[in-house]
Amino acid sequence: MATKKKTDWSKDVFKVLKNADVKQVAYVPDAGHTSLIKMAIADNAIKPVSLTSEQEGVAVLSGAWLGGEAGALLMQSSGVGNVINMLGMANECRFPLLMLVTMRGEWGEFNPWQVPMGQATEAVLEAAGVIVHRVDEPSEIAETVEAAARLAFEGGRMVAVLIGQRVVGFKDWTK
Amino acid sequence: MTARRKITLDRRKVVSRILKDRGELLLVTGLGAPTWDAASVEDNPNNFYLWGGMGGAVLTGLGLALAQPKRRVLVITGDGEMLMGVGGLATVAVQKPSNLAICIVDNQRYGETGMQETHTAHGVDLAAMAAGAGFQTTSTVYTSAELNTAIPVLYNEPGPVFVDVKITAVDQPMSLPPRDGPTLKHRFRENLLGSI
Repeated sequence: MATKKKTDWSKDVFKVLKNADVKQVAYVPDAGHTSLIKMAIADNAIKPVSLTSEQEGVAVLSGAWLGGEAGALLMQSSGVGNVINMLGMANECRFPLLMLVTMRGEWGEFNPWQVPMGQATEAVLEAAGVIVHRVDEPSEIAETVEAAARLAFEGGRMVAVLIGQRVVGFKDWTK
Repeated sequence: MTARRKITLDRRKVVSRILKDRGELLLVTGLGAPTWDAASVEDNPNNFYLWGGMGGAVLTGLGLALAQPKRRVLVITGDGEMLMGVGGLATVAVQKPSNLAICIVDNQRYGETGMQETHTAHGVDLAAMAAGAGFQTTSTVYTSAELNTAIPVLYNEPGPVFVDVKITAVDQPMSLPPRDGPTLKHRFRENLLGSI
């Protein structure tokens, strides 16, 4: 299988976010989002918003939409547990919410403490009313984010793209 | 921890005085009594009321302030709501939105659930926490004269600005604004952006 490098899908996803007119990128860092966060910080038309907890991002992007700006929320699967109650606000008001979630606690995970939230991520998001697109093939990430962005911003829905740990790669703890 | 002073200010009068000459102000209110307070002054399309999302009022104000840098944005919320989202003070301070002001109506109680004491009743100082996060302009207001000084700060000082107004822990009649989320969102955006 020909696999693209991490930076390749990040560049393509960033283009998708730009085309979707995303102006605020809120994030709690994850290794899998490193390139995307760097590109967001380097882009003068995008306001990068570093958060102390992922739930802040749901509120920030709700406020952004009230003010006429689209945004995206980047987080690791462990952060999904932090956003659940705040999702009620986006759900009730039908604020568009585009979440890009890099997965931990699954493919090749070595840290047992990551496994519970990683395994619960998809079910918990769906229970909270979020539409979930999962992607495990690097070449399909950008088009999946593009579809999710349309569903979020034009369809007025909460949409999460889960990027599998198989794509993100697992940490090499021998280094 | 700050020295205790006598609390005499009434929340409805405080919020009414803050909003009296609001002009083009965009207002976000935290769930519970601050939403009822704002609605008791007037139901204004430039108001976005939170009926839930506890801990999210200041962050909602941040996203709005970043999207609308030429408009003044004020968040009025309670001490319990602020404490639940207190990390947001750090997030706001790092963003340094010059157009964002935060006003806490601080009765030192969880008013909607039976007036249980919040941490501010035990000396936790929200203005000091905001200052510690990096807010350059912070104050705690106990008196009518101090409120007179604080109101122009909320409107005019370069943000982010943080004012904690100590108010008496007295139940007020509920004053309910519209609560349908899409309705509140659409009217706010239509009024601000001209179309939705």
